[in-house]
Amino acid sequence: MTDTLTPPEAGRRTASPVRGPRLVARLLASPLLWPVMALVVLLVVNVVATPSFLDVRLQDGHLYGNVVDIARNSAPVLLVALGMTLVIATRGIDLSVGAIAAIAGAVACTRIVGAGDEGAAATAIMACTVALAICVLLGLWNGFLVSVVGIQPIIATLVLMVAGRGLAMLVTDGQITTVNNDTFSNLASGFVLGLPLAFLVAVAMVAVTGVLTRRTALGMLIEAVGINPEASRLAGVRSRTIIWTVYVFGAVCAGLAGVIIAANTNSVNANSLGLWIELDAILAVVIGGTALTGGRFSLLGTVVGALFITTLARTIPNIGIPSEANYLFKAMVVVAVCLIQSPRARAVLRVRRTAPVARKGNPA
Amino acid sequence: MWRKPVLKKTVTAASAVLMCAAAVSGCGSDSSASDGNDQIVMGFSQVGAESGWRTANTESIKASAKAAGFELKFSDAQGKQENQIKAIRSFIQQKVDVIAFSPVVETGWDTVLQEAKRANIPVILTDRAVDTEDTSLYKTFLGSDFVLEGEKAGQWLVENAADADVDGDGDVNVVQLEGTTGAAPAIDRAEGFAEAIKTDSKIKVSASQTGDFTRDGGKQVMESFLNSEDGIDVVFAHNDDMGLGAIEAIEASGLEPGKDIKIITVDAVKDGMAALAKGQINFIVECNPLLGDQLMDLANKVLDGEEVPARVVTEETTFTPEQAAEVLADRKY
Repeated sequence: MTDTLTPPEAGRRTASPVRGPRLVARLLASPLLWPVMALVVLLVVNVVATPSFLDVRLQDGHLYGNVVDIARNSAPVLLVALGMTLVIATRGIDLSVGAIAAIAGAVACTRIVGAGDEGAAATAIMACTVALAICVLLGLWNGFLVSVVGIQPIIATLVLMVAGRGLAMLVTDGQITTVNNDTFSNLASGFVLGLPLAFLVAVAMVAVTGVLTRRTALGMLIEAVGINPEASRLAGVRSRTIIWTVYVFGAVCAGLAGVIIAANTNSVNANSLGLWIELDAILAVVIGGTALTGGRFSLLGTVVGALFITTLARTIPNIGIPSEANYLFKAMVVVAVCLIQSPRARAVLRVRRTAPVARKGNPA
Repeated sequence: MWRKPVLKKTVTAASAVLMCAAAVSGCGSDSSASDGNDQIVMGFSQVGAESGWRTANTESIKASAKAAGFELKFSDAQGKQENQIKAIRSFIQQKVDVIAFSPVVETGWDTVLQEAKRANIPVILTDRAVDTEDTSLYKTFLGSDFVLEGEKAGQWLVENAADADVDGDGDVNVVQLEGTTGAAPAIDRAEGFAEAIKTDSKIKVSASQTGDFTRDGGKQVMESFLNSEDGIDVVFAHNDDMGLGAIEAIEASGLEPGKDIKIITVDAVKDGMAALAKGQINFIVECNPLLGDQLMDLANKVLDGEEVPARVVTEETTFTPEQAAEVLADRKY
């Protein structure tokens, strides 16, 4: 009978699965319910517009279809949002991720083009390693400004957001650099066991992060810093190290995303690579149920949020929204999702709804 | 109130002169020739160096100025209007013979162009237009006609409609990858294309969506079209980059770009021309950045007091795969 004692909502989001009839109640109380519902509604809209939307077929030995494209295209946003989740959990924000992605893409592509053997696998691996190493440095810089100098995160990362794109332009000489390297190209367009490699890389990163934060105390420490930095410091948490670490992690995730975006088109355009991806990532985090005020975070929620944003991007051409109305459509959907996610907005709407959650054991 | 700005301007002019002197001495053998008083001095303010197209544009102007015997005072505005206004003021101070510039934005030029007019220095706009009531502020505008580019793309499709109907169902199904929403090239190219294909009722645009002029945008929109649209025959992309993205999406779907789906693009940058020569793209309408020769020619005419038309269209051509293969090796950008 431990079920009845488990406080709904208040439990860890990755708490062990609950068996029995209570599972339904738990699912309905889960903060993931609303983002998942939004994603399902979006998919339904697409299926109504194009009945074959969910069709998946085998093409040249790998899966092909809208859903596969969405999984593949979601990898960059998912990676950036993953890093952003931890940064936001410490009450911070990282606006520089788009610029960092551009730098990573620029460095990787120019290294490949400049290498002796442009097509070799080793060239691609070396180039990506150098790009990610530079991202570690950029993350150290962000973390230094925030945790040591004590600048507000939004301002500290704004520095690199503006300067970083210029840096990427310098690396590429302002040109669109095209590369011919199959290994590099496969990072975005390749398939392993019929599944898109880029998506597998992103999911692997999420899994590793999940294990590191939820199977060790790291996740709790990050949340503690986000909920009350001063109290956690007094309690002996090394908040400076933790904040520094999450910015470095965020930068590495952004770098990986940048390399994947560049590989997707076998080229880097420093002007446009990863432009505004920081906003998409923040949106994914928010849709996933992590509050911008820091503290509790949900990695699974972020995954759902990133998939939602990529599906939304695919919805626009699929249902034929005219280009001029793109942003308006996106904005209306996002506002709607944020509203149904907000407990206060739902409470206003609840008059008409008899929720099983409300009947049983909701502490509110 | 009088002395201060004058002093400041003098300092600006002096430093500009110093910089020019440095630039000239850097040229080596040319420096002795440029001392002659009768040499025409042109001040040119460029938008920046944001793309390969722009870099080619700059190179062309520099090379043509040298060939025509002009002394060129070149200034890069790095995408900022205030830099450009500063540069034009400094050109006026230096009493150049003619000013040419590619405006960063359309509005806000009246004051500085009035100053140039009062100093009797003719102004030529290149590549981009300005929005002003007073057209006497500049002599002429030299640049591409984006509507015409769209028309050329549409005309080719009308002429090759039979070939372009790849699936043989009697209809030519076109999907369009638009440029950045609201940008002049995107609006005008769509307009010209739509106008040209009106003459053939079999050709219709079944889907159109912005790909933001980028490869990634073009690829993602094309991926979606391939899943949602039946029997796509032709892709019309507003620039080469989106066309290159579309090629990757088409290949991933198991089709052969250029054969199973025909591709028409605009620009003719090097990567696009390479794809055209390989047959992955079927037709490219040129948007020519190499307007240096035409600019020097116009400047000479203006200075000789000849009448020039208020709008001069850049000399632009079109390319088929065979033509692309011929010129690819010499392609500068």
